[in-house]
Amino acid sequence: METLTQLRDRIAALFPAANVVLVTNPSPSAQHALRLDATHARAIATFLRDDPALQLDQCTNVTGIDWPEKEVVDVARTTVADPAGGAPRVVEEKTRRIEPGRLEVVYHLYSIALGHGPVVLRLVTGNRTDAVTLPSLTPVWRSAEFQEREVYDLFGIVFEGHPDLRRILMWDGFKDHPMRRDYREPDDYEWEPTPHGDVLAKAKLHYPAPAPTPAAPSAP
Amino acid sequence: MSDPTPTNPGITDAERDELRRHGILLTGLEELYNWGRSHSVWPLNFGLACCAIEMIAASMAKFDIARFGSEVFRPSPRQADLLIVSGTVTKKMAPQVVRLWNQMPEPKYCIAMGACAISGGPFKQGYNVLKGIDRFIPVDIYIPGCPPRPEALLHGLVQLQEKIRNQAIAGPDAPRHLQAEGNCDCPIPECGAHDIEPAQNDALWPKPPELVRPTKT
Repeated sequence: METLTQLRDRIAALFPAANVVLVTNPSPSAQHALRLDATHARAIATFLRDDPALQLDQCTNVTGIDWPEKEVVDVARTTVADPAGGAPRVVEEKTRRIEPGRLEVVYHLYSIALGHGPVVLRLVTGNRTDAVTLPSLTPVWRSAEFQEREVYDLFGIVFEGHPDLRRILMWDGFKDHPMRRDYREPDDYEWEPTPHGDVLAKAKLHYPAPAPTPAAPSAP
Repeated sequence: MSDPTPTNPGITDAERDELRRHGILLTGLEELYNWGRSHSVWPLNFGLACCAIEMIAASMAKFDIARFGSEVFRPSPRQADLLIVSGTVTKKMAPQVVRLWNQMPEPKYCIAMGACAISGGPFKQGYNVLKGIDRFIPVDIYIPGCPPRPEALLHGLVQLQEKIRNQAIAGPDAPRHLQAEGNCDCPIPECGAHDIEPAQNDALWPKPPELVRPTKT
């Protein structure tokens, strides 16, 4: 199979309007991915499935990622020559920026016919609150149906064009999305003899309020 | 304090066993009634998770729950005496479990089989698992294990039989179905927007004790 860079270039040639980004994965697994834009995702997915050289006919895995809003510090290092003729100094300039929160869907594709894979696709939503609609790839790979329902249930990503988008694990009247980072489960506290970690943090909310410290006796 | 009516006006157990060896069987209504009940406990044909596999194994030839008179797994709660909560009770499933319990006629018993049915087990801190079925229905026997082996289920059943045999058929200690106002319809919780509502049956599941270590904050 061609490399992911070649694949990206081929997609870019076929879909000039599409914004396809190669997302590298620095971890040892090195599973780099292609980030597609929502508008062209389904057309590109159909191409990946039908192209004779790729024939990515199986979607084994669909999952979601929640990226909450976070502050990122960029460090820019510049070398400044010392005017007195000494060794040049390295000046660090730190800039803070807010990385906006977003939700992401990941698809893992394999080819049964040609025996290669995985090709990892990523789709990103606009934000975490109202722009959470993404195109469904169930019309391309039928196996994505239940997993997209699960992503909808647990992350709250709405898949446009999904044939039957309902919650799959939680009940229909449930309002939350439990796999989001900011989800707080209901506080059904239960006494535990040796709480620790998260359980201790929850138990502390139920500790009796500390007795008010007696006021210092005023001088007579 | 001498009671005018001695509690055991007849013979001692040793004397009765001696008579039994000679072919004379002496018994009372209470003993006979409970003996019959304890050896025909029909479980509900109902499994929830991996513990159900062990329950099925217990009903098969190798472990053979039929030795204890409980081989008749009834497919309808109307004909069952025993609810074996065998596995994880998710919050989505909890209303159905309580509904099944309400549909069973008295006398009825409940075995919480495995860590999940007792307390939520490994999923206790999760968002979708009930932290023990005893929050909603009265449990007679708890069988720890993950999952318990079929022998453990059989032991639990024997313990339940022991409990049934020791029940009085009259007086304040009588089981629910012999009490005049005996009623064990448990309110069925509803799946709400964030959790099941109510989160527990307050009549059965008392509030957890306040922590007794106010100094540790």
